[in-house]
Formats: sequence, C-alpha cells, structure tokens
Amino acid sequence: MSLKHDIEFTLNGVKRRVQVDVTMNALAMLRDVIGLTGTKYGCGEGECGACTIQVDGVSLNSCLMFAVDCDGREVTTIEGLANDPQADALRDAFVEHGAVQCGFCTPGMVMQADHILHKHEHPDEGCVKRGLEGNLCRCTGYKKIVDAVVACGATEK
Amino acid sequence: MNTVAEKKHRVIEPDSLIGKRIRKMDAPEKASGRTRYIHDINLSGQLHGKILRSARIHALIKSIDTSAARALPGVHVVITAADIPDQRPIGVAKDHFPLKVGRVRSQRDEIAAVAAESEEIAEAALKLIKVEYEDLPVIGDPEDAIKPGAVLIHPEPHGADGTHMHLKQGMSIAHKGKPDNIAMRFDYSHGDVVKGEAESDVVIEDTFKLHYVTHCCMGVSGMIAEFDASGNVLMYSNTQVPFLHKREFAEYLNIDPARIRIIQPPIGGGFGSKLDIYPFEVICLYLARAAKRPVKMLFTREEEFLASPTRQPVLLTLRSGCKKDGTLTFRQVHTLHDNGAYTSWGATTPFVMMQTFSSLYRVPHCDYHTAAVYTNNPYAGSFRGYGNLQATFAIEQHMDMLAQSIGMDPLEFRMKNAQDAGEVTGQGMSFKSCGFKDCIRTAAQRSDFSHKFGENQANQKAPGTVKRGIGMASMLHVGGGAKIYPSDGCGTILKMDDFANVTLITGASEIGQGSETVLSQLVCEELGLPISAVTVVNNDTAITPWDVGVHASRTTFIAGNSAIGAAKKAKAKILAVAAKKFEIAEDYLDLRGGFVIKADSGEAVIELSKLLRNLHFQDKAELVMTTFYYEPPSVHQDKGFKGDVSAAYAWGTQVVEVEVDTETGIVKLIKVTGAHDVGRVLNRLGIEGQIEGGVVMGQGYAFTEDLMIENGRMKNPNFRDYKLVTAPEIPEMDIAFIESMDGEGPQGAKGVGEAPAICMAAAAANAIANATGVRLFELPFTPEKVYRALHGKTPKLYWKPWKAE
Repeated sequence: MSLKHDIEFTLNGVKRRVQVDVTMNALAMLRDVIGLTGTKYGCGEGECGACTIQVDGVSLNSCLMFAVDCDGREVTTIEGLANDPQADALRDAFVEHGAVQCGFCTPGMVMQADHILHKHEHPDEGCVKRGLEGNLCRCTGYKKIVDAVVACGATEK
Repeated sequence: MNTVAEKKHRVIEPDSLIGKRIRKMDAPEKASGRTRYIHDINLSGQLHGKILRSARIHALIKSIDTSAARALPGVHVVITAADIPDQRPIGVAKDHFPLKVGRVRSQRDEIAAVAAESEEIAEAALKLIKVEYEDLPVIGDPEDAIKPGAVLIHPEPHGADGTHMHLKQGMSIAHKGKPDNIAMRFDYSHGDVVKGEAESDVVIEDTFKLHYVTHCCMGVSGMIAEFDASGNVLMYSNTQVPFLHKREFAEYLNIDPARIRIIQPPIGGGFGSKLDIYPFEVICLYLARAAKRPVKMLFTREEEFLASPTRQPVLLTLRSGCKKDGTLTFRQVHTLHDNGAYTSWGATTPFVMMQTFSSLYRVPHCDYHTAAVYTNNPYAGSFRGYGNLQATFAIEQHMDMLAQSIGMDPLEFRMKNAQDAGEVTGQGMSFKSCGFKDCIRTAAQRSDFSHKFGENQANQKAPGTVKRGIGMASMLHVGGGAKIYPSDGCGTILKMDDFANVTLITGASEIGQGSETVLSQLVCEELGLPISAVTVVNNDTAITPWDVGVHASRTTFIAGNSAIGAAKKAKAKILAVAAKKFEIAEDYLDLRGGFVIKADSGEAVIELSKLLRNLHFQDKAELVMTTFYYEPPSVHQDKGFKGDVSAAYAWGTQVVEVEVDTETGIVKLIKVTGAHDVGRVLNRLGIEGQIEGGVVMGQGYAFTEDLMIENGRMKNPNFRDYKLVTAPEIPEMDIAFIESMDGEGPQGAKGVGEAPAICMAAAAANAIANATGVRLFELPFTPEKVYRALHGKTPKLYWKPWKAE
C-alpha cells in the first residue's frame, strides 16, 4: 500500500490542502490530483522543461519535485499567470512573435521566460538563450521564442 | 454615427492579408496553458491502458502467463494475442500483428496489454506477467540481412514447433512469412547510365551512411478509445490522416467505417510520425472493446523513444559524372535501407529519394536501386523530408566534389545544371514555376558565399586550429501535394452567419503548422473580411469533409485551394444577390472590408452582414453555405515511377557557415542563409517559423541527434543522451523567400513544410570540407567523428553496390 500524506500550500495565490501519495511528483499532483493540466509531461526526468513551474519565485521542473515538498510553499503554475500583467505582456509577445506552433512546450517556456524576466530587467539575446537552455522545443527552432522574451523584456519598466 | 448619406459614399480602401504577419489563431490558448491535448482529456469511467513490450530482441515466445496480473485488484482486462483471435495484420506491408504472435522481432514488440483503474495499477500488472522466450540470432546490421543463409525475420510458418498456431490463412506477410529479408525494393531508371558514363570526363563514386534519428514530438503518443452501447467507436487520436485511418481501423476491428469517429485534439508535434497506425492504437481499441469502458493510453518518454517510428537509416553508394565544361552526365545510385523488423512508411521513402536523384539539377541519365531489408532494429516511419535529407546529403556533396575535380567554382557548377521553369525531368516532373536559380543566387549573394568559400579554402593550411567553412546545398521537394492515394484532394464546407462571420469546416488537420490561420487568411482574402470573422472546425471526422491527411507539405496548397474554392462560391452567391437587389451588374461588384462595394471606385454598396440578413429573413429565406472539393491536377506515377506526381515543386538553397575546432572536433554552426521558393508568402510569421524550425531540426540531424542502436537494442531512449538542439546552440538565421507565383497554388503559394530540414546536413558537410579539406560521409558530425576524420582515423567507407535479384 502506498503511503499518503496531507500537505498545505499556496497554489496560484489560493491556499490548498491535498492528500498525496509520498512517491508522487508535483507534476502528477497538479495534473491528476488538482486537475490543472497546463503544466505538461514531456519526459519525467527534468530534461525537457515542459513541466516548469515556479516555487517560492524560482522556476523548476515539477517532475523532479516530490509533491510533499510543496508543503508550506508558494507554487505558481501557468494557470496562475492568468491575472499577472507582466505575464499578459509575455503571452502577448509569444503570440505576436510567432513563438507558438504545436504549443506543447509553450506553458513551460512561458513559465521559464517569466522567471528570466523577474531575474533580469532587460535580458539580451544571450541571456534569454541561456535561460531557456533547459526547455526543449521541436517546432520553432527557438528563434521566435527568444525574440518574444527579449522584446517583452525591452518594453517592460 | 455615420449618416445614411455618408455611408452611401463611404469608400473602402483595398487591403490584403496576404504576405502579412498574421497571429496564429490558436496561439493565445496555447500560451496560457488552456489548450487541451489528448493528455489533458479524461472521460468519466475511463481506464488506463499499458503495454508489455519484449524483454528480448529476437526470440520465440514459449509461454505467457497472465494469471497473476489478472488477479491484481483494479485490473479489468489483460490481453495477449491468444485473447484476440480476430487480429488482423497492420502496417504498410501488413507484416505484423498489434499483439505479437509466437515471436518477437524487436525491442518494442507488444506482447500483452492491461487496462486498469490507474496507470500505476496497470504498470504493476505488467510486472506480474511472466513470459518465457527462446532466443534467436539477432540481425542488427542490414548488410547481414542480405547475406546468404541469413536468419529470416519473417519466416514461414510462424510458431515455435512449425505449426501455424491459431493464425488464419491469408496473403499477408504476417500470415505467410517472407522467404527473404527484403521488405521492399525500388528500381528506377531514365536514359542510359552506361552512355552517360562514357560521355563523362570525370566519374566519382562514394558511399554515404545515414543514421537513426526520431521525431521527438514534445507531446508523447496517446489515444483514448471508447465503444458506445451500439458498438460505435469514438477515438481521440493524434493521427495526421484521420480519414485514411477511419477506414483502416474499421478493417482491423471488422466493422463498417461509418461506425468509427475520430476526434483529433490539438497535438504536441507530428513531423510525419502520425501517418501510420501503430500497434498501441489497435491495442487500445481491443482493451476498450474488452473492458466496455473508455481506455486511455499514453506513452512514457522512454516508450516514445522505443516504440515510435524513426527516420530511415540508409547506406548509399552514389556514382556520378560530369564533363569538363561542367555538364552533369549521370547518376547511379544503390541504397540499402534498414527497414527494422516491420514495414511502415519509411520503406517507401525511395519514392522521394529517387525524385531527388533523378531531378535535382539536370540529370540526363539516372539509375536508382533500393532494397529495404528486415532487421531486428526499430522500424522506420515517415519523417519530415521523407528520404530527401538522405538523398540530398549524397548528391550535394558530389556536386561540390565534381566541381572541384574539374576546377570549377561550386556555385557556377550548380547554376549551370540548375533547371528553369518549363523543364520536364527524366522522371516526368514538370516544373511550371521554378525559382531554383533564384534560390541559389540569392542564398549565395546574401551569405557572400563565393568570397568566403575562396578565403576559407586558402586558409585551410594556414596556422591556427579553428577553421571557418562555408557550404551550400539545394533541394527539390513536392510543393503541390503528391498523388499517392486514389485522391490527393481536400474538402471544405463554408457557412456564413447573419453577422458575416464564417465557419470554415475543412478536412485539413492543424498539427501546429498553422493551417487554420492560413486557410482563414485565404477565405478572408476572397470575402473581404478580417481574420477575426473566421472560426475553423477541423478535428472531427463526423463533421469535416474528406482529406487525405497532413503529409507531403500539401496542406496549404491542397486545403488552401479547397478553402478558396468554397469561398469563391460564397462570394458568387453574395454578389448575385447584391446585383439583383441594387440593380448593378455582378461584374461591377466586389467584397471588401465587410462591405459589398463597387469594384471600380471602392464605394460601399451595403454592409455584408446586412445583405446576409436580408437574404435570410425574407419570404424565400436563404443562407450562404457552400462546399468545394479540390483535386490537384497531378497524376499517379506509372509502373516505372514516372509521372508528374505533384501540382507544383518547391525549391530551396541553404548556405551553412561553421567553425571547426580541429583539436577537439567540435563544429560550431554559426549561420544559415536560406532562400526558399515558396511560390508566394501567405503568412509571413508562420512561414518564418516553419523555416526556422526546419533549419534547427536539420541542425539536429547533422550534428547532435543519434539514436544509438546496438544489436537491436536502443542505448539512449531519453533526452539526456539523445541530444536535441537547445536554444543557445541555434545559428544566426537569414531567410529569404523567392516568390515564383505558382499558377496553380493558392494565391501563388507552394508547400514548404518539409523543405527547410532537407539541406542542412549536406550543406554542413560541404562547409566542413571547405574549412578543413576533409570530407565526412557519415552522420552525425559529432566531435568524435569529426576529430577522427580530421586526423585520418576514419577508414574510407565503401559499400559495394548491390541490388535485389
């Protein structure tokens, strides 16, 4: 029998209490227990970045984090960026610059880009490329994603 | 508010969406994580399916014991081949069963499947299934597969003890076996290569070796299958060819195709990987049928690597010649394709390869032979470019080598042999629009090719360990569909509401490439509407009209012409109504900016929405609804593979610049300059994205990606060891579009989806040769391979030309 554990944390600004299997990762908790499917499974081993979330303001791969380790922390997913003006600008930049094709990597890309823009006020191309190194995209060749993030950073206060 | 008088004189200025940067219609949803992919869909009552794959590469199955798995709480169904007596063979050559019978032939082979309450329980159940095997010799190298006395991959009869077990007699390879390991062969020729060789001043022959790579769609494979109370099937599927699959699934389930409905949720990448029916899809249906519950099946990433198709690995010997004046004389080609254990579309890539050998540049004499042979390796499917990357890799290296051997500039040599519009090739391809020379010229000029080429060459022997190189390659690909099936068409249903909004119901599938946006643009162009006026429905076989599928770079061309056809009919109807109402001849009317206008002055006659309401809410009420089916004016190839198979052909040239560190073998891709004959740019934003994405996919093929298979076993089924290109590694890209305005294309456009990936490896090889004077004949250009070649440690590759008897 698997061991269950109760945890309490802030998800996208709202306090939540959930019971999770101790072996479960944060990605499975978000998708299967809580039902937020914007965070994607791409590889399950921290290589593709499709499952990127922010925990206490730091981006990480939710597939590599135990769900129980969310206890007491502040977790933001792509759904949590819906009411964030900076994130609105970022999403718009992705759309305007053609940074989206199949879109499967996009939520993870947006989460990581949002993190880059919080860390660097006006990131240049090299900074954005390094920042997105852990996020794989098979459609776009990255150029338009990088362009979108650089442009968004350039227009921001 | 305008007064009535003002409205009457309002002039609507001409405007066009063609060539503009149009936002992708589905991008806002995708960028906010709201799009529901197959992975995000859950049906109530749904079970989770998992597949037990072979623990061996090539073996007889002596016994399967599923009793412990069946007894596990939460398990609903466990199936093996024995439980499905009506299994029918699947695949392009009908050479395998979804659940393997008596024998496994590759690491991915499906032995049993479970449907359970959760994925965890299904996985636990798989571990309880006991299988006894008896190992057989493994063929891991296609050259071994054709040796006399080689172990047969599909011997007849099946079964360990020489019986047919419970198989029904049939004509397929899965039933009858195959007395040799040759899955498919292709033999093509035009002209007389002996004569061509005799006319040559220079003849060269080289062997090239192309490796395994795979699609790596970011969204793993999956499907949901459900049977309703009457036995009708509903599938949520990632397929790129819903209408062909509807028919095929019906055959595998032995039911009427009318009872199968396929819904295509947005997919996490396709690139050709979803053109065939794979065992997991049929198995998912078997599980749902047995469980009488919906069953969802998703791959893990490891499973995606193990059980997805690959690009076809090819061993190829090319012999080519030219005269001293630079005229190409002949090409003779023999290739050996590693088909893997079963036959999917990869086996048919020679259809495309031979087009490139016969028709990329003027080739007076051509002789082409391929054998695709069975091994115990993963089986190859279709992948963006479809054999063209492999063919172009060999041809474009030989173009450089031939030029060098006669002392001619490689650019001049190419220009001399490149075709013009109006030419028909030896294979019967007719180039109605042809921007080939413009592509070569433009890419060369923008990259300063000639100057850099000479400078780098002179610098080869100079001091310094880091060398710059520049290389060029061009490509020819179908750009107006490909008539492979009885029809290469696409249907459209178009309806307009009372507010002049359009619902465009198209057979064409959106797979991330942006088809719904480009189709909307084309419709808006006809009807004078903003793009926001269009809603596209494109993902349900119960609603959408037939289309052959997303392949062969055909969607913009075929579905585009179909959408235009439906829009033109709607426009004709609208103008006829307006002409009657306002007593102005139809010829003097047009649609623009949401109004019916006078064509000469642009003066608004009536708001379109108002006219549509007038039409609707009158005594003899009518709506504007039209349908159109577009069939391109292409022909099927004859038995000798000759014929004008596409309505248009796309061209492209890419110039690659590299920096080679001769001490480490590390090759840095600096810049790619591309010039693509796309007919006409429709959505500039979308087409740039296609090209950039293709260039980087080609970069991966050339430099980083390598699916390592050793004696049938995959060594790197994960993103840690299978290296996709990452953001910091991408080159600077300068992309130019040549607009040759194809006469048949929608607004002049031609297909471009596959084109940008095709030239990269060939151009990179030429660039490395320009930098170092050393030529690489085997992909990928990893530091180790490059280092060995630069230091004389790579034995000359040679495969003696061979063809199947």
